[in-house]
Amino acid sequence: MAAADKAVLEIRDLHAYYGESHILHGVNLTVREGEVVTLLGRNGAGRTTTLKSILGLVGERRGSIRIHGTEVLGMATHKVAHLGLGYCPEERGIFSSLTAEENLLMPPPVGKAGAGMSVDEIYAMFPNLKERRNSQGTRLSGGEQQMLAMARILRTGANILLLDEITEGLAPVIVQTLGRVIGQLKERGYTIVLVEQNFRFAAPLADRHYVMEHGRIAETFAASELEAKMDMLHEYLGV
Amino acid sequence: MTEIFGIPLQAFMSQILLGLVNGSFYAMLSLGLAVIFGLLNIVNFAHGTFYMLGAFGAWLLLTYAGLSYWWALVLSPICVGVIGVVVEKTMLRWLYKLDHLYGLLLTFGLALVLEGLFRQQFGVSGQPYQVPDLLKGATNLGFMFLPNYRAFVVVASIVVCLATWYVIEKTKLGAYLRAGTENPKLVQAFGVNVPRMITLTYGFGVALAGFAGVLAAPILQVNPLMGSNIIIVVFAVVVIGGMGSILGSILTGLGLGVIEGLTKVFYPEASSTVVFVIMAIVLLVRPAGLFGKEK
Ligand SMILES: Nc1ncnc2c1ncn2[C@@H]1O[C@H](COP(=O)(O)OP(=O)(O)OP(=O)(O)O)[C@@H](O)[C@H]1O
Ligand SMILES: [Mg+2]
Repeated sequence: MAAADKAVLEIRDLHAYYGESHILHGVNLTVREGEVVTLLGRNGAGRTTTLKSILGLVGERRGSIRIHGTEVLGMATHKVAHLGLGYCPEERGIFSSLTAEENLLMPPPVGKAGAGMSVDEIYAMFPNLKERRNSQGTRLSGGEQQMLAMARILRTGANILLLDEITEGLAPVIVQTLGRVIGQLKERGYTIVLVEQNFRFAAPLADRHYVMEHGRIAETFAASELEAKMDMLHEYLGV
Repeated sequence: MTEIFGIPLQAFMSQILLGLVNGSFYAMLSLGLAVIFGLLNIVNFAHGTFYMLGAFGAWLLLTYAGLSYWWALVLSPICVGVIGVVVEKTMLRWLYKLDHLYGLLLTFGLALVLEGLFRQQFGVSGQPYQVPDLLKGATNLGFMFLPNYRAFVVVASIVVCLATWYVIEKTKLGAYLRAGTENPKLVQAFGVNVPRMITLTYGFGVALAGFAGVLAAPILQVNPLMGSNIIIVVFAVVVIGGMGSILGSILTGLGLGVIEGLTKVFYPEASSTVVFVIMAIVLLVRPAGLFGKEK
């Protein structure tokens, strides 16, 4: 159990700003090796900002963010990625001047050599992407683009995945596919932070849940406590 | 003697060639401008100055180090590129978060300062620079005499432009550059050292201008004003071609050079304004430029 208890991502008293606006007010969050953790909350709660803060994509930050024990506040964004991070942004971030396959191959390796999935493995996981590999990235359907955004970080050998609303606006079949993929990744030992609105998607996958409100963590609970927490969740999420 | 529309063939062809030579310079300069604008969001007003520096580099290398044209063709663009890297690291770097206008003002100021220094030092009458021995003379094509050096300039610039196009559109490095042009933050979040890529892109873009300057030296002589003479036309070329496309800036550059040449044959009075007339028409019909994407 010792290895599994090791914190891969440890955020302490994190404050983050966009210019003058103070968005995060002391976020605390810990993710251990191989865990799948969700960040739930209403629109504007600060979940995307939390992920972006890890990568240094916001304005000023204060507090502490450690990845495998290394402090990343003050570290250049591209160096943070090389600690083994894979980021799937909310807007997917598919490049329109690149073909689907160029999009897939674009992110450089960030993990240990040979740690990432091969292109063949990825195409086996997402057959659509193989068919559409020569299309312009943004010509792909919303679902295909989302799979592409997932697939390209699996190739890099990243083992800490920051996934922002990957199911948003997708058809139920595609959401199911993504659920299966996350399940497989969990079995392979990936550490995953899932920002989600779709609680039904996230609940069966996650080990623990964090609920954010107004730039703070309002609640934390384990998957096993879910039943007891449902009322509270409904209140926070307004569903 | 053979004539085309009442113009002797020889004169007609040599104007086309002259146009292609000018077009080669337009193409190399607008290509660099487009690449720099794409990634850095900076309208590099100093671009003509770097072209001038390339030509002066060749002249200085010859005069003070005795190095031949061929050495200059390699060394001078490298020196210009290094100057570009220093400019990016010490000055441009601080402007990316601000409006385009600041980059434009800074590079404009830089252009004025450098040009002023060279005027002060070398005057405005220009320094002669010889065509390299290997390319002296002309080849008789039957219908015209083709000056070897001019043919070389056109071929060299097309080769360099196409190589640049190939690297940007078909290689992994180019994929970083294209992706970085679209969304630099995300590319950096994937672990690419985007700040370094930006520095090198600026260095490369101005080195391309320096290379064009070396090519121009034996044709135009080496003059502190050569940069500001050409840059206004090059900006018009960029506006006509549109910022979006690499191949677009190459084709527009060459094409406008030829159109200028033809205008010299048929209506010489308009030859220096034709590019701007075309620019006005293109702006009216296709504001994003011939090859640009509507935003
Ligand atoms: N670039 C920005 N500049 C200024 N404020 C921003 C910026 N991006 C987000 N915000 C503000 O920060 C707050 C948190 O936004 P964030 O994107 O983190 O929310 P979220 O929890 O991801 O919600 P959702 O994605 O559902 O909108 C919001 O109030 C938002 O208006
Ligand atoms: Mg969000």
